[in-house]
Amino acid sequence: MNIESIFQAVFSEAGVFYVCGGVLLVAAIMVITLRNPVHAALSLVLCFFASAGVWILLEAEFLGIVLVLVYVGAVMVLFLFVVMMLDINIAEVREGFVRALPVGVVVAGLMAVSLIVVVGAKRFGFESFGPPIKAAAGHSNTAEIGRTLFGKYLFPFEIAAVILLVAIVVAITLTLRKRPDTKYQNPARQVQVRRDDRVRLVDIPSESKKGGAP
Amino acid sequence: MDVKSIYLTIVLAPLVGAILAGFFGRQIGRVGSHVVTILGVGISTVLSLYVLKGFIDGDASFQFNETLYTWMVAGGIRFDVGFLVDQLTALMMAVVTFVSLMVHIYTIGYMKDDPGYQRFFSYISLFTFSMLMLVMANNFTQLFFGWEAVGLVSYLLIGFWYKRPSAIFANLKAFLVNRVGDFGFLLGIGLVLYHFDSLNYAEVFARTAEPGIAAATIELIPGHAWSMMTVICILLFIGAMGKSAQAPLHVWLPDSMEGPTPISALIHAATMVTAGIFMVSRMSPLFEMSDTALSFVMLTGAFTAFFMGLIGLVQNDIKRVVAYSTLSQLGYMTVALGVSAYSAAIFHLMTHAFFKALLFLAAGSVIMGMHHQQDMRFMGGLKKYMPITFITAWIGTIALTGFPGTSGFFSKDIIIEAVAESDRYGASVAYWAVLLGVLITSIYSFRLLYLTFHGPERHSAPGAHGDDHHDDAHHHDDHQHQGDGKPHESPWVVWVPLVLLAIPSLLIGWFTAKPILFDGWLGQAIVVHEKNDVLAELSQHFHSSAGFALEGFKHWPFWLMLIGFALATWVYLLKPGLSAQIAKVFKLPVRILNDKYGFDRLYQALFARGSLRLGNALWRFGDRALIDGAVVDGSAKTVGRFSQILRLAQSGYLYDYAFVMIVGLLLLLMLFVFGR
Amino acid sequence: MIPLSHFLILSALLFSVAVAGIFINRKNMIVLLMCIELMLLAVNMNFVAFSRFLDDTDGQVFVFFILTVAAAEAAIGLAILVVLFRNRRTINVDAISEMKG
Repeated sequence: MNIESIFQAVFSEAGVFYVCGGVLLVAAIMVITLRNPVHAALSLVLCFFASAGVWILLEAEFLGIVLVLVYVGAVMVLFLFVVMMLDINIAEVREGFVRALPVGVVVAGLMAVSLIVVVGAKRFGFESFGPPIKAAAGHSNTAEIGRTLFGKYLFPFEIAAVILLVAIVVAITLTLRKRPDTKYQNPARQVQVRRDDRVRLVDIPSESKKGGAP
Repeated sequence: MDVKSIYLTIVLAPLVGAILAGFFGRQIGRVGSHVVTILGVGISTVLSLYVLKGFIDGDASFQFNETLYTWMVAGGIRFDVGFLVDQLTALMMAVVTFVSLMVHIYTIGYMKDDPGYQRFFSYISLFTFSMLMLVMANNFTQLFFGWEAVGLVSYLLIGFWYKRPSAIFANLKAFLVNRVGDFGFLLGIGLVLYHFDSLNYAEVFARTAEPGIAAATIELIPGHAWSMMTVICILLFIGAMGKSAQAPLHVWLPDSMEGPTPISALIHAATMVTAGIFMVSRMSPLFEMSDTALSFVMLTGAFTAFFMGLIGLVQNDIKRVVAYSTLSQLGYMTVALGVSAYSAAIFHLMTHAFFKALLFLAAGSVIMGMHHQQDMRFMGGLKKYMPITFITAWIGTIALTGFPGTSGFFSKDIIIEAVAESDRYGASVAYWAVLLGVLITSIYSFRLLYLTFHGPERHSAPGAHGDDHHDDAHHHDDHQHQGDGKPHESPWVVWVPLVLLAIPSLLIGWFTAKPILFDGWLGQAIVVHEKNDVLAELSQHFHSSAGFALEGFKHWPFWLMLIGFALATWVYLLKPGLSAQIAKVFKLPVRILNDKYGFDRLYQALFARGSLRLGNALWRFGDRALIDGAVVDGSAKTVGRFSQILRLAQSGYLYDYAFVMIVGLLLLLMLFVFGR
Repeated sequence: MIPLSHFLILSALLFSVAVAGIFINRKNMIVLLMCIELMLLAVNMNFVAFSRFLDDTDGQVFVFFILTVAAAEAAIGLAILVVLFRNRRTINVDAISEMKG
């Protein structure tokens, strides 16, 4: 029992798995039970980090990094923005917590049991699914994903881009508030202008002066 | 002209008359209407008599059985229009057209002031056409067409004065009771079609010889096999019961007196009611195959003959007496049919047509003369005012009661003797019925004469004008008469037909008895099995009309007639107060007779009111409560109630929806994991 | 050597926790949205695990798409939340029962 062996145990495959998995579950439970929503959001961030760890263990490095960069970096930040922006009455949203707890635990327990029965070791253990093939040293997970993404799944990729566009439009449309005192241009109205609205030709008789110009 | 054209003309001439008078009545006017219809029926009469003469002479070229026009062929069944003219048809044609012509002429006088003059002529011509189609038919379809058509015209004519509620009640009653008979008739025709595979008379009669036809049975009630021929014949006879007013389907005939007297004479004495008798005779090949059916026919007729005659004794309306007399005589004809003496039935049909039409028209003449008074209690002593009517009425009465030598004597006595001779089941009962019927007939017939023409004048007795039978046109008493308010003889258009009918009432029996009854003049038209042939038995005793007439003085019917005459004379002529005393003594029988044995009350309560109540119940329960309430409204309300409950699931709360989703997911999961 | 079943069990447990979270935090809309993210995370875990053990990149590509959609959905959900809060001054789910039947 020396540092070496502890180190080896912790950083072995099983160790990483159990450590990261445990953190993940604890953080998840913290998300749903903490009173302060900011704390809950931060717990969720911890979940993602732990999850990224598990994924890197599964040799999905690209996704692990993306999880952290995109999910934590963008989505969770957005969550925190909103949470901190809204003035939430915590007591009000906590009512009913105690009453709902037993039902929730029972339902979740049942669901967990059902799922585990299906995905348990009997069907998905080493007998059915052999140990995964270790990738070669220079193997790039990113390149692999890239090849599949831009090859077989190019069209869904484009669609996903459109979905993101739609999300942008929706978010802006829902939350945009017009400020009354800003000056802005309305290109649609500009284009609709007609000559008669802008120009009026007036006939004025010329005044003749002595020695007038042509 | 060839024979086919003659027959077509006979049928179509009255129809043309009817159409012209019916649709163009206003344009051609009253005179035009009666001219065109009398012309039509007159042509038919002349041609029918010509045809009859041809048959009497034994000219075979008049025999005719052809299909003129195929209306449609549906599912292998042919519906044709065709004529079968043999001796039986020719006889019927002659009777129908002659009586119709008499009635047409009579109507000129009787309906003189009626606003519906043209309509009436159109109807009676239409009737003539329908009746001719019926008797000349060579297949069941046309027979049924004629059957229904005469029923329709009868309805139209009974309710001729349609503004009178009693007339409307009567015509509906006639139609509905007829319908009951027609229902049986139609079932019978259906069975004929089923059994014989054809609706054509010739084909059906030809097949009666086949052994399978006679022996066939039918199980109407499972487990009980009845002879098919018996069932067919009884069903066909039910039709005849409706049309010829045999009990218990007789109730419409007395009510049909609501119609004008000419039609009572034409339709309800001479022609339409005899359609049933004619039909059974025409179907003699079929009826001969079922002794049971013939016994049924005979007993029905016997019941009607006796019991309906009894009712005639207590009637005060002159037309009702003659109506019940008609019912009784139709019973006689039916009894004759029942003992397989078809020729005798037809013979009586013919003689009865003459003297009954005569009696009805005479009654009409009396009614006219009495300014539409129909109650005999307010008549009396008319013989000096209406001599011709008086004499012809007497002639009709002695023919009806069967005084030896008159037509009625030959026809009635032959029937009585045929029943005596027959060994059919129930014949002895029938014999007593028809024999005693003679006594009853005699009593009511002479009662009618005495009350109407003899005795003191009761014209202004209390109540004379209170319950007059006014028809709508005659509110004023200023027509025709000499201005003294007294009864008077009718115009010549009225009494000439009376005379013309009185002559055959007296004489025709004498000359036609032997040929029709015993010499088989009717020939192939009537089929009688040898064992049933009572007329053949009787022909051994019949040598001549004179001989038979003289013999008649020695037999019971004549004596009964005399006893009836004596009784009537004593009670109604010599001692007028006696009838009231007798009525007091025999209170219960008189009450039963006045109630007509309760038939009307029974039908009214059971069928009429029962149908109304059934309809009402079905409306209230079946339609309103069940269909409207439970099905229509109920289904809508159920949907509403269901929706109200389902609505509660939409609480509006997000967490409730999420809850439901998750629980559902969980259940599905558990079903798949643990349920296998 | 971690067998596949371990990863799947981890994912299942995570999912159940998220479901429990929905039940418990019924009134708090923000936590509701976070539980949805947790569920998606559990599913992603499943995909990645299978992708590894079946040696098929398709699973990871699918995670990619799920990530995209989850981001979009989170954005829109939060936008709605913001607008709702502007109108109701509360994130209590009880307050938005206008769609009740």
